[in-house]
Amino acid sequence: MRNRRAVVVGVTVAAGAAVVAPFLSAYPLTLLTQAAIVGILAMSLDLLLGYTGLPSLGHAAYFGVAAYAVGILSTEYRSGFFTCLLVGLTLATLTAAVFGLLAIRATGTYFLMITLALGMVVWGLAFRWVSMTKGDNGIAGVPRPEGFLPWSLGAPLPFFYFTLLAALVAWTLLGLLVRSPFGLGLMGIRESESRMRALGYNVWLHKYLAFVIAGGFAGFAGVFWAYYNGFVSPVDVQLVTSVETLLMVALGGPGTLAGPALGAAVIVFLKNFVSVYTKRWLLILGAVYIGVILFAPRGVLGAFRRER
Amino acid sequence: MTAEFWITQTFNGLSYGALLFLLASGLSLIFGVMRIVNLAHGSYFLLGGYVGLSVAWRTRSFVAALLAGALAIALIGVGMERLFLRRLSGQTLGQVLLTIGFALIFQDLALLLWGGDPYSLPVPPALQGVLTVGGLRFPRYRLFIMALAVLVGASLWLALDRTRVGAMIRAAVDDAEMAQGVGIRVPTVSMGVFALGAFLAALGGVIGGGFLGVYPGLDFEILPYAFVVVIVGGLGSLPGAMVGSLLVGLLDNFGKALFPELAYFTLFAPMALILALRPTGLFGRT
Repeated sequence: MRNRRAVVVGVTVAAGAAVVAPFLSAYPLTLLTQAAIVGILAMSLDLLLGYTGLPSLGHAAYFGVAAYAVGILSTEYRSGFFTCLLVGLTLATLTAAVFGLLAIRATGTYFLMITLALGMVVWGLAFRWVSMTKGDNGIAGVPRPEGFLPWSLGAPLPFFYFTLLAALVAWTLLGLLVRSPFGLGLMGIRESESRMRALGYNVWLHKYLAFVIAGGFAGFAGVFWAYYNGFVSPVDVQLVTSVETLLMVALGGPGTLAGPALGAAVIVFLKNFVSVYTKRWLLILGAVYIGVILFAPRGVLGAFRRER
Repeated sequence: MTAEFWITQTFNGLSYGALLFLLASGLSLIFGVMRIVNLAHGSYFLLGGYVGLSVAWRTRSFVAALLAGALAIALIGVGMERLFLRRLSGQTLGQVLLTIGFALIFQDLALLLWGGDPYSLPVPPALQGVLTVGGLRFPRYRLFIMALAVLVGASLWLALDRTRVGAMIRAAVDDAEMAQGVGIRVPTVSMGVFALGAFLAALGGVIGGGFLGVYPGLDFEILPYAFVVVIVGGLGSLPGAMVGSLLVGLLDNFGKALFPELAYFTLFAPMALILALRPTGLFGRT
């Protein structure tokens, strides 16, 4: 199994985080929580980029649609966790289903540009549809989910375990998916679309389903993000968020699932630590992009992977 | 909805389209020759505006601001292409991440050097005020932008269609490998086109400084417009960039005037429709 190393590293890190969490203070704990959620987002993009070979530049859209759904439902309508989860997932998946119809027709650079433009549609709505989204001010005061578990999720530690569980569920499901015949089909398409077509595979349908499923998982991450942050704003759906997710996947090694999740953790910690010391963290983040591309083009975990 | 509303909005849309043409024609050419998705293209626009602003403050000359802004950014473009992008030819994702890395660095540097306040580029008196025609008022500056865009568009078209260098560029767009094979120095052509693209974007930025202003965040605000223009018009096509710019300028203006809350929808929905009918854009070739 090619990805055994990634699985081992992923399990070790997740178990390590779970063990040390009770001894951490609130700040590192919130960072771990953030890493778990963004990790789900990165894994969802890895399904597209790493396994199917489709570099989406608009992945924050589905993340943001779900986050906004949770934000609006939980503040305006006082909806509970399961309603928010269901509506968030459904809307994110539907958005991906519509966008996919347009984007999957395109290949290569056109795919990049179209997903970028489609992502901007969602950003534009978040920014301009003020009566629904409160525009630039964002939706504040999203309460933590309550009432369906015997203990409260208000404190950092139980909420961390809750999101870690969610990340493990997402990892398991995506892991099963990429090892299924469908997932192998996706990898075949990544390597050679024409060959897969000649073998009788419905290439369009495979790509489309991968796109929609990836959107659904991004929405899953978005639901938890809204609860974690307590706040949803256009920043969550902007282009930079989409590109940052691409960076996480590239950093962790595309096509390994655990790698991108770890890449997400690295970026989350880096961003937060650097911003403590300097206001110039965008400068440093920019340098990280350039450094990753020039010096570790196959990702940190990818660098350990055996040649195909 | 009076006739005046329609005429004014059409005028505003066309003049915004003219500005977009300056930005997007370079992006389209760069893509055509090098297949690079340049996410730093909006940064060229913003940096051009800032450099132009500083020069305009020092020299009080609008022309000096235009030239200095555009030339300085063209140099930055050449540096990016020669030192970084050339190493990544053919790696789409690598280029995307590299150019966004530069875009973030440029964004932060601009904030460091020029601060967070919005500025407006001082416009020479000759271009201030309005021209009144039959009771309708047209700002002179917007007329100037349209004239300049027509001039740039015509020069580009003549250069591409009628000169030896233009023929070399077109050959590189059509088939870089064959062009290299018949003795065209494609790397030099690429560098020149990249510099030209950065030059035009920065020129747009200086000019845009006169009516959009120059402010942090403008880079990522204007970038999607350039992308939509190029997607609608077809990658690497100059006529496509022209038609796309005017279409996007008009759609954006009428969208914002008629449906303010759904402004981006009115811009992107037609783009989606065009893509559904012609996946390579109006003038694009496969």
